[in-house]
Parts: sequence; structure tokens; C-alpha cells
Amino acid sequence: MPSHRRRHPHFRRRSRHVVRYVLLTLGALVVLAPIYLTVVNSLLPVSALAQRPPPLVPTSPQWGDYATAWSQGDLGVYLRNSAIQTGVIVAGQLTTSILAAYAFAFLRFPLRRVLFVVFLATLMIPFEVTLVTNTTTISDFGWYNTFQGLTVPFLATGFGTFLVRQAFLQIPRDLREAATLDGYGHLRFLLRVAVPLARPALGALGVFSFLAAWNQYLWPLVVTGNGNGVRTVQIGLKLLQGTQVSHLNVALAGTVIAVVPLLVLLVGFQKHLVRSLTGGAVK
Amino acid sequence: MTTVSPPTGTAVTRGRAQAPGPPRRARRRRVREAALGYLLVLPALGVFGIFVFYPFAANFRLALYRTPPYPGLPSHYVGLQQVGQVLSSSSFLQSLGSTALFVVMVVPTGLILGLLLAVAAYRRLRAMAVYRIIFSSTVVTSVAVSALIFGTLMDPVVGLLPWLGLNPSPPILENTTWALPAIAVMAVWQFLGLSFILMSAGLSAIPDDVLEAARVDGATDRTVFWRITVPLLSPTIFFGVVVATIYAFQTFGQVDILIGPTNAAFEHVNLLVYNILNTIEVNKTSGQAAVLSIVLFVLTLGVTLLQLRFLERRVHYGN
Repeated sequence: MPSHRRRHPHFRRRSRHVVRYVLLTLGALVVLAPIYLTVVNSLLPVSALAQRPPPLVPTSPQWGDYATAWSQGDLGVYLRNSAIQTGVIVAGQLTTSILAAYAFAFLRFPLRRVLFVVFLATLMIPFEVTLVTNTTTISDFGWYNTFQGLTVPFLATGFGTFLVRQAFLQIPRDLREAATLDGYGHLRFLLRVAVPLARPALGALGVFSFLAAWNQYLWPLVVTGNGNGVRTVQIGLKLLQGTQVSHLNVALAGTVIAVVPLLVLLVGFQKHLVRSLTGGAVK
Repeated sequence: MTTVSPPTGTAVTRGRAQAPGPPRRARRRRVREAALGYLLVLPALGVFGIFVFYPFAANFRLALYRTPPYPGLPSHYVGLQQVGQVLSSSSFLQSLGSTALFVVMVVPTGLILGLLLAVAAYRRLRAMAVYRIIFSSTVVTSVAVSALIFGTLMDPVVGLLPWLGLNPSPPILENTTWALPAIAVMAVWQFLGLSFILMSAGLSAIPDDVLEAARVDGATDRTVFWRITVPLLSPTIFFGVVVATIYAFQTFGQVDILIGPTNAAFEHVNLLVYNILNTIEVNKTSGQAAVLSIVLFVLTLGVTLLQLRFLERRVHYGN
């Protein structure tokens, strides 16, 4: 038995902790530096952007950049569009997933297993692979530059259905039978028992859909190409990037505005997010 | 869209006929249950049919037709000729090569950094929750956000690179050698949050007593990491490889925002999805885009199946 280790366990442990904290802090600085520098740059006057060494604290913050990004960069409109697009997709995915998951978990019907496999098969087809024909479909429907075009292709999710079904299957059989004896029909059982009990899974799915929808880039780029009526904030950022250096701080202010709602979401819903991202895959 | 009763009727009569209670009422109840089942599945199935399966299948037909370079003309059947042409074209091979190189740059780096952060943040120490939030934070960033952030930091005028003594000429994002690694840095940073979350979840699934037992037996931290943590984490790591590879396959937004088709370095960063997008939007040759889409699908499928096979062999570690 290594006895020297026993002698100063407290000291050793403390010094180890210090090393660990130093490493953690270093890691945190590296991860956060790009975001932090962006926030600082967005608050600097353009003339100070090229200053070296780079200013680490904005001494006289230019909040005007944010106002400019909001009004001139049409960021207000883009944020509203993103909120609508994201809201519709999240609500749609939750609804279709709950309905389909209910059928797969509680109802018996021919081809149920086959259909469930069909749902899971959608996970094997990346959206990028369907792009060619989806652009034609949207144009045939006359859905370019509309919210339908932005959202309808994403109103269902195999992953979400899977997640909610798993949660529904956890509900004890006795509960189902008791509810039936109490005269609960399917609708009442779904709304009063199944959905409330599946809240953690639904929260996870909601946060996941929100994140995925808000950050979508490829599809909004394709369907809102030449009209800014429904353009989302991500595409707005692309347009801001194209502006001149004299407006760089405005573009950065726009970036900060676009990412803040999500950082708030992360802090508030970290558990849900982690649950959805690891959804059964790990273990 | 709601006529679902005929198939239910026939299918149900084929099923088990003996049920408790009056047979006719039981049968009617079963038919109604089945009808409800189809009705609930239908909305999602409709979306999948129109926007997933139909466009997926259409690729295989489109790939056989050539679209003329002028809009409005009908496309005509050329069979597999077009497939061969696209697959042997230099632009495709270069695109595939860049994508492969990109995967090699992003996947190991992203996963190793995520694992290191996860191991460092694993102990239950004070303030760890704050570090966890910080390490997962990049999971919420979008490609556009990461492009704008890094585009500025790498800008030849206002960026930090010249100040740090890195001043490639032409500038990094127009440089045929350095543009792809620069995009990879952005992708790794953006992927780090997800990587950290996955690895942390995998770590927390390792029973504490196993690690404790090893330490009591005198194993050093390094031995514990390589002999216990990594093997027990192997399912997570394999899963991470698939997620990271698919993520890398699908990257293109940073290229679209910061580089674009007129840039000198474009040919070296023309990642597969960007190639598909430009083939649709700029060249307007849907047949060629369909061939590229099938390639993307096969690559994604291949990675997923590969992982499943690995997992089947390795999964016994857990139990």
C-alpha cells in the first residue's frame, strides 16, 4: 500500500483541485473567447476595431449599433419571422409527434409495426438529400417566400415520435385500465393522463425542435432567396456579413441579438436540452 | 385523405377473431380503434410522404435524366451515362476530397476536445454547473453565428490573426491551403458543445464504484482513464463519431457566408452539400444534383451502418 499517499491526502487533493480549476477555466476561456470578443467588438466604434492589442473591455459602449442593426438591418422583422417560423415548427412537431406516438403506444391496428419502422426510416434520410425535389415541390405549391414553405416540410419528426412513444410506453398499464374503467375515452386519456406524464420527454423535444428550427440555414436560404417578407434571422445575418467593414459592428450586434435568445434557452432548459440530444442513444 | 376504413376492415377480419364479449361489438370496437390509429398517424405520414420519401425516391429517377442548360427545355433520358459523368468529373472528385479532408479535420478534433472537457468537468466540484453551461454553450450557436464571429476574427483588416503573427497571403479565407482548415476551426468550435454533452452523458453512465474500485487498488488517473473510462465509453465514442461525421458531411453554411463561388479558394472548400446547392440553384441541373444527393445519402448510410456493426461487437463491455 503506498503509505506516502496517506500522509497528506488533504494537501494532495487540494492541489489537484487547483490544477483542475485552472484547466477548466482555460477551457472556458477558449470556448467563450469568440463570443466575448464579438460582444466587445459590437460595442466598439468602428475606428477602434483595428486597435491592437484588441480592447478587451468597451470603455464607451456604442449601444447605437444595436439600434441600427435592429432598424436598418431589418433585424426586428427577421427576428419576428424567425419567431413565427420556429413557433409553428415546434407546435407542429409536438402535435404530430404526440398524435402518432399515441397511436403507436396505445392503439392496435394492422401494419402498426411497419408504419413505425417507416417513421424511423426518416431518420436515415438527411434533409440535404431531399433538397432537389423539395425545391420543385415548394415552387409547384407556390410556397416560395411564404411561411408555409418555411415550415410545412418540418411539421413531423421521426425522432420526436420515437421520443414521445418511449415516454408513453413508460405509463403503467394499470393506469390505462383504471382510466378506461373511469370512462375515459382516448382523447381524455391522452390529454389528462398521457401528455402530463410525458412532460419531460415533451420538454426535451420542444427545446430540441426550437434549437433546430431557429438555427436552420439551408432551407430558409433556399425558400426565402429573393423576398425579405419572411426571411429568418439566420439569413439576415448572411446579408449583414455582406456589408462593408464600416458596418461591421452593426453586423456583430446582429449576431449577438440572434444568439442571445438561445443562450437564455440554454441556461433555462439545459436539462431538457441534454436529455433530447442524448435521447436514449447513450447508455 | 381520410378514407382509411377499407384497409382496416379487411385486415381486422384476418386477425384474431375470438375475443371476450359479444363478437360483433368487440369487432366494431377494434375497427374503430384501428381507424383512430391511422387517423393519428396520418398527419406525420403525409409530411413524410411528400417531403421525405417522395423527394428521396425522385433522386433515383432524376439521376437518369439530363436537364438542358437552358431553362424551359424538357429534360431527356440519358440513363446511367449522367451518373458516370458526374462521378468521374473533376469537380465532384475535388468536392468529395475536400469533404473527406474536412471530416478528418473536424471529427477527431471535435470529439477529443469534447471528451477532455467532459472529463475535466465530470467531478462534483463547486461551480461545476457554470463550467458545464459554458462548455455546452456552443451547441446553441448557428452556422451563421459562427461564420460571422469567426469571419470577423479571421478578417485580414480587423481580425486578430495578423496581430498574432499569422498573416497568410492571400488572406486565410481566400487561401487555397488555409481556407478549409479555417472553416474546420469554426465547425469544431460549433460542434464542441454537442460533443461535450454527449461525452458527459456517456461518462455519467459509468458506475462510480468501478472507478472507485480501481483507485482503491492503486490505479493512477491515467490508467483509470485509458483502461476503464475509454473502454466503457466506447459506445458513446462510436456514436459520437457518427454524429460528428454526419455533422461534417452536412456543413456548408460557413462556406456559403464567408467564401462563396467567386472566391479564389472556392474549389478547395466546395463541400458536398454546397456542391449540391449550387448545382440546383446556379447550374439548374437537377439531374446532376440528384446524383450528388444519392452520393451524400450513401455516405451517411455507410457511416451509420459501420457504427452499428462496431457497436454490435463492442457493446458487451457495458453489461
